[in-house]
Amino acid sequence: MTACLDISNLSATLSNGQRVLRSVSLSVEPGEVRALVGESGAGKSMIGKAVLGVLPPSVKIVEGSIRLEGADLGALSAKERRRVIGAKTALIPQDPLTALNPSRRVGPQMTDRLVHILGWAADRADKRVRQLLDEVHIREPDRVMRAYPHELSGGMRQRVLIAAAFAAEPRLIVADEPTTALDVTVQKQILRLIAQLQKEHGTAILFVTHDLGVVAKISQKVTVLYAGKVVEEADTAALFADPQHAYTRALMAATPKYTDPLASLMPVDEAVLAGLAAEIAIADHDWRPSLDRKSGHG
Amino acid sequence: MILQRFLVRLLTMAVTLLGVSVVVFVIIRVAPGDPIAMMLPPGASQADIDRLRALYGLDRSIVEQYFIWLSGVLQGNFGTSISLRQDVMSLVLNRLPATLELATVALLIALLIGMPLAILGAREQGTAVEAGIDVANGAALSIPDFLWGLALILLFGVLWPVFEISGRVSPRLELPFVTQFYLFESILRLRLDLTKDLISHMFMPALALALPLAAIISQLLKLSLKEVMTLDYVTLARVKGFSETSVILREALKNAALPTLTLVGVQFTFLIGGTVIIERLFSYEGLGNMAIDAVINRDLPLIQGIVLVFALIFVLINLAVDMMYALLNPRLRHG
Repeated sequence: MTACLDISNLSATLSNGQRVLRSVSLSVEPGEVRALVGESGAGKSMIGKAVLGVLPPSVKIVEGSIRLEGADLGALSAKERRRVIGAKTALIPQDPLTALNPSRRVGPQMTDRLVHILGWAADRADKRVRQLLDEVHIREPDRVMRAYPHELSGGMRQRVLIAAAFAAEPRLIVADEPTTALDVTVQKQILRLIAQLQKEHGTAILFVTHDLGVVAKISQKVTVLYAGKVVEEADTAALFADPQHAYTRALMAATPKYTDPLASLMPVDEAVLAGLAAEIAIADHDWRPSLDRKSGHG
Repeated sequence: MILQRFLVRLLTMAVTLLGVSVVVFVIIRVAPGDPIAMMLPPGASQADIDRLRALYGLDRSIVEQYFIWLSGVLQGNFGTSISLRQDVMSLVLNRLPATLELATVALLIALLIGMPLAILGAREQGTAVEAGIDVANGAALSIPDFLWGLALILLFGVLWPVFEISGRVSPRLELPFVTQFYLFESILRLRLDLTKDLISHMFMPALALALPLAAIISQLLKLSLKEVMTLDYVTLARVKGFSETSVILREALKNAALPTLTLVGVQFTFLIGGTVIIERLFSYEGLGNMAIDAVINRDLPLIQGIVLVFALIFVLINLAVDMMYALLNPRLRHG
């Protein structure tokens, strides 16, 4: 079976030559949720952006490949790549407050991909979006679709964005810290909603987060990232039962616990960080980017 | 609520115009130069001078003169031009359409040049194309409109004479127009031969006025576009599969247009101020050209009338900008 998403040996650098991704390999099987965890700056969002073809201009892919259902994105022309990404993927963004265009009504923002990219008739797209709004428990679809984004609450906007992401039945959804910007009570609802829609629609999700609590709730597989390098990869249950890498153990120890709040607020141990630095130095020492693919698809 | 805001708005406009009228009235009377001396031949007797002063009311105090003038204005009577001996109101209304047409065409040219350049520059960020646009903007902006006028006369009037360099319309043409809006009327009447003649007269002065404004529009809109294009909803649109151009047109342009709109409003008033010199340069028979004559002749009533009309135009442009702002930004609509 072809993997839904297959990233192999992906390396990326900034324009000053600094490496931000170090030979990252990971795959997401159809219908599977893979969490991508790491502290901020670990490159987890970068991987999401690379998959969706929206890397900032300063980041260049120098090595490796990204395959969406077998199609090598790097080998496609910019136009084909846009079409493939538009047809097969969707994004649930981090901040619902900035992810909707303030000057357009919500309804057209939800249907535009269906109508303009996938070529659906307007009434079919409209019906489909209403159905999804119902699935995310929005009871007044008419009001919401006519509203401008500033007329909706943050949680409401995130529901709208989730509904829009699932509306086109993408094969893969990249969820980029979709609960981070919401307040805690709403976080849980939104997480449950994503999990529920994922099950019903059987969509594969690459779930980018820094929150191990979220990982445990939603994913089947986990990839732990540090400084752009995969340090551990495992089934979620196995990872929590028996973390292999010292960094993973340190991350888990740093997750707040109600029972012992002070002990859990420890920074990652110096020895662990030194070990990580050594691993990265070794990886960089052996690294010779192939020169045939200088430009990434940003 | 809306009516109340409208009335407040109207009141502020009236106060602004009143202030402008006071300032102009006082300044042109305090400034040196005597309109009566300009009218009479050298060696006129003091009795003649006094008689003429009394005739135009110039023997009274400035305050008195102002209230006489103001009560006339409120009844729609702007007085009689000293140098042309005609009703100021009809003189101004006769010339105003020519200037409005010139300014409108200049604004259109500025938008037609500035907006596509801004969009192109935002699409080709960081490339030689963007650098080229920046250089062109810098050049257009650092040369003032009257210098552009001279350069254009040299280019399209002398070296490669494709446009008319003087006047508003060829004198030999029979004009069937009932209004003074020659250009608009010629288009409405489908007299495209006349439109062509009018455009060939108007093109160079309009372009000279438009170039600095086009550069401002292009530069500011490009900056706003680039800023908006880093926002999440633009990223989301890219992920949806929209091309870069349609991302700019569908998602970014409307939001990026807001700061540009404010500036275009302000700059458009400068552009109308610029018509005074440009109309002179191209002997274009508009209000600005008449204003210079009025100042040279110390034609006090005419200067007052013209300045008041210019002030009214400025106030109306500001009003239009505010209204368009609300139209583009849904968050302001119920505020």
